[in-house]
Amino acid sequence: MQALYAQLLVGLINGSFYALLSLGLAVIFGMLNIINFAHGALYMMGAFCAYFLLNIAGIGYWPALIVAPIVVGIFGMILERTMLKWLSGLDHLYGLLLTFGLALIIQGVFQNYFGSSGLPYAIPDELKGGMNLGFMFLPIYRGWVVIFSLIVCLLTWYLIERTRLGANLRAATENPTLVRAFGINVPRMITLTYGLGVGLAALAGVLSAPINQVRPLMGADLIIVVFAVVVIGGMGSIMGSIITGFALGVIEGLTKYFYPEASNTVVFVLMVLVLLVKPSGLTGRTT
Amino acid sequence: MKTRIAALLLGTALSFAAANTAFAQDKTIKIGALSDQSGLYADLGGPGSTLAAQMAVEDSGMVAKGWKIDIISGDHQNKPDIGVNVARQWFDVDKVDVIVDVPNSGVALAVSNLVKEKNGVFLDSGAGTSDLTNAQCTPNTIHWTYDTYTLAHGTGSALAKGGGDSWFFLTADYAFGAALERDTTSAVQAAGGKILGGVKHPLNTADFSSFLLQAQASKAKVIGLANAGGDTTNSIKQAAEFGIVSGGQKLAALLLFITDVHSLGLATAQGLSFTETFYWDANDQSRAFAKRFQERMKNKGMPTMVHAGVYSSLLHYFKALEALGGNPHDGAKIVAKMKELPTDDQLFGKGSIQPNGRKIHPAYLFEVKKPSESKMPWDYYKLVATIPTEEAFTPLDKSTCPLLKK
Amino acid sequence: MTALTDDTLPVTGRTIRDEMIAFGVMTALLLIVPFTGLYPFFVMQALCFALLACAFNLLIGYGGLLSFGHAMFLGTAGYVTAHALKVWGLTPELGILVGTAAAAGLGIVTGLVAVRRQGIYFAMITLALSQLLFFIYVQTPFTHGEDGIQGVPQGYLFGVFNLAKSTVLYYVIVAGFLLGFLIIFRTINSPFGEVLKSIRENEQRAISLGYKTDQYKLLAYILSGTLAGFAGSLKVFVAQNASLTDVYWTMSGEIVLMTLVGGLGTVFGPVVGAFVIIAMQQYLAGFGQWVTVIQGVIFVVCVLTFRRGVIGEIAHYFRRSL
Repeated sequence: MQALYAQLLVGLINGSFYALLSLGLAVIFGMLNIINFAHGALYMMGAFCAYFLLNIAGIGYWPALIVAPIVVGIFGMILERTMLKWLSGLDHLYGLLLTFGLALIIQGVFQNYFGSSGLPYAIPDELKGGMNLGFMFLPIYRGWVVIFSLIVCLLTWYLIERTRLGANLRAATENPTLVRAFGINVPRMITLTYGLGVGLAALAGVLSAPINQVRPLMGADLIIVVFAVVVIGGMGSIMGSIITGFALGVIEGLTKYFYPEASNTVVFVLMVLVLLVKPSGLTGRTT
Repeated sequence: MKTRIAALLLGTALSFAAANTAFAQDKTIKIGALSDQSGLYADLGGPGSTLAAQMAVEDSGMVAKGWKIDIISGDHQNKPDIGVNVARQWFDVDKVDVIVDVPNSGVALAVSNLVKEKNGVFLDSGAGTSDLTNAQCTPNTIHWTYDTYTLAHGTGSALAKGGGDSWFFLTADYAFGAALERDTTSAVQAAGGKILGGVKHPLNTADFSSFLLQAQASKAKVIGLANAGGDTTNSIKQAAEFGIVSGGQKLAALLLFITDVHSLGLATAQGLSFTETFYWDANDQSRAFAKRFQERMKNKGMPTMVHAGVYSSLLHYFKALEALGGNPHDGAKIVAKMKELPTDDQLFGKGSIQPNGRKIHPAYLFEVKKPSESKMPWDYYKLVATIPTEEAFTPLDKSTCPLLKK
Repeated sequence: MTALTDDTLPVTGRTIRDEMIAFGVMTALLLIVPFTGLYPFFVMQALCFALLACAFNLLIGYGGLLSFGHAMFLGTAGYVTAHALKVWGLTPELGILVGTAAAAGLGIVTGLVAVRRQGIYFAMITLALSQLLFFIYVQTPFTHGEDGIQGVPQGYLFGVFNLAKSTVLYYVIVAGFLLGFLIIFRTINSPFGEVLKSIRENEQRAISLGYKTDQYKLLAYILSGTLAGFAGSLKVFVAQNASLTDVYWTMSGEIVLMTLVGGLGTVFGPVVGAFVIIAMQQYLAGFGQWVTVIQGVIFVVCVLTFRRGVIGEIAHYFRRSL
């Protein structure tokens, strides 16, 4: 039983990363109609940003939680302004190909300078150690990751679904011409949205740095699982991607306990099943 | 007609003679250092192995004796197919004579196959699998530094006899991990211990938490880490995070290199026991070598036993070539000569090469010092026991190498 | 929404004659390679990838479906062929047959799932499916996980041709490549190919004309996968191994890149693209991970400014179909 709870917790941690990343993908897809293949690379950049802040500027974990997403978010906005922008009007697949190329470049550059094995990033002192919960030993940092990502996800949901800014955003997705007629700068909104999605990825990167080490390829495999999460959840809904992200993490954790051999594949198998039953995904609209 | 035949014969004879002198005077050697240049084994092999090869060339004094020696290096990225592709091109296009290092047992076994096909020489230092000199031995391969048998019998037996009689394995999912788990299992069982289970993890894993939780749940007294390099250091660190060691279970890092201890830091690594065949601070000769090595190494690291093995094996290779009076570019012939000559080098002491290609020498059981015991940088190991040559490697009568059945 | 390959279409009507001439030139070039001193291993490898890219191009260039998981066919056929040769001791021709058949079977199974969606979803689903397969291959014993199947014997094709001889092997690979290429060429110019193109241009119209477009797409997907598998089986004889690299998603990305560089929806583009990319990997291998960076840059440049690809641009310039 103890092992089951422990695996569930590990699943919940992975679920936090799935949720943050698929949320970012959903936000970007909603606005730009682009599947951001570079999402994993930008997640990795978030972790590296935290690493640089610590080792070069001496800036610790807490400020990095804010600074790294902003820095990487700005980098993302530059990418959007200089490249992605030129793809509007072309087939969406070009966006996928372009961001795939960007992912290769970013990961390749980091690999050249840092190799493919990890750089250590220490857990902040405040969150070191663990608690014995009786049924399991909980490292405090991992508990923090789950709670913090949940808060960030809900805040993002609130921002998009419940505020005026979010309302404009959703309107611009539906009908950009009309929204522009209201005097809203749609291109700038698109850029900011991309920045927001990228920032969420970078935040996930900072959170995972102490757990996964800082590695150039840390996002490369993760992003494909997140793609599957997004396909399962359907890309239309913000809440859908948050819930699917956490849920799949938990399901993975259960699989690790009951049938560890399938833990890597369970998400993909679920994806196939969902596609057979409901091709538009659990919460998605048909496209 | 007669004169023409005579001329023909003379011409043939002359060209034979020319070929023979060319053969005798062919003093070119091309060395290929194939390693993991940027991944989880880059520190224990990688650029350091290329440096060790260069030092071997310089120290041998071969160039002064009229030899022309080139070294090229390549990155196998821990993928057997990439490693074989690089090696194939080295043989076909670059005319490489000898391949050294090759950590990662999967790559090493694949390269060993190819080297046999191309009749080159393969001096493996980095890989661990004992299969290289057992079922999959070839007349072209010499396995120099250590193997899974050494590690298993050094660490496995010692721990099992010391009370660690129930084991759970965390195994890297490739040839090396499998061989190490197999060899350790038999060593532990022979010492009266039992195996409670194990879990395989992919090579180059970052998050070991769910594997460690399985190990924790097994209640085994010893968790055997049948992995290497970055995988080992990661699992040790995360085991601390999940309170595994403080919960009473003991970690056995079956393969640990000095570079791993360095990156873990003594505070985390203290008390780990493991087996190696070379330590820089063992004697005057090893200290002198290590000092020269460290000065030229980009990251100022100390040599690992893999680096030492590359250095020593090349020196012995040169000795064989000198004995042959030139480079015949015939791998099997050179390796046969190397097996014939006794080895005597500064780093591993006196030893020999068995007919199956296994270089044998003593091994040592070390324990990592406490931070308070370390007197200078890189002063990390405490010698616990010396494992004599005859116990450190598979006894010849137990080797399954087909070369022995003649 | 403009289709992915819209602007790469030749501006004049395609003329079979131009393509036949180009085909003749290509064949002649391939036949003389062993006399040029080019490293035959390199050309053989490039040919396997060229066939693979052509098979991929059949799906994207003519069916409008971007598969981001074509490595699964390459890898599956490779594993099955290698296993058949090494463990079952089958002859080379039977080895190729079972490998290709395995890819065809995989095409049927994954196709039934994947063609339910199109566009970006299709790309993501194929990617996820290939990753699923990757993890299965990591764990199943017959693939030997990270070690792969090594030292595969090459054997005698039809009991006569000794494939261990590099010249013999070379001509066998050339023959295999040309066979696959002609099948694709024939398909494109068949009534089936025309229907595919019409689906790509406007699926709704094709449906209203009474075509069951899903069945056409499924058939194109299976055919593409089978031929990709054929390329994978051939590659086993060249590399003498089968490994996880061939089922990994980066391989799928490379296939896309080759086709993109050469020209999506052109007959000869994928061949040129494959040679360009393999040559680049070969000659820049010493630069380590910079190869990845360069590939990424090529991707970006192609998408932003060079969407027709090498052959597409040439064809466009000369207003010919290639």
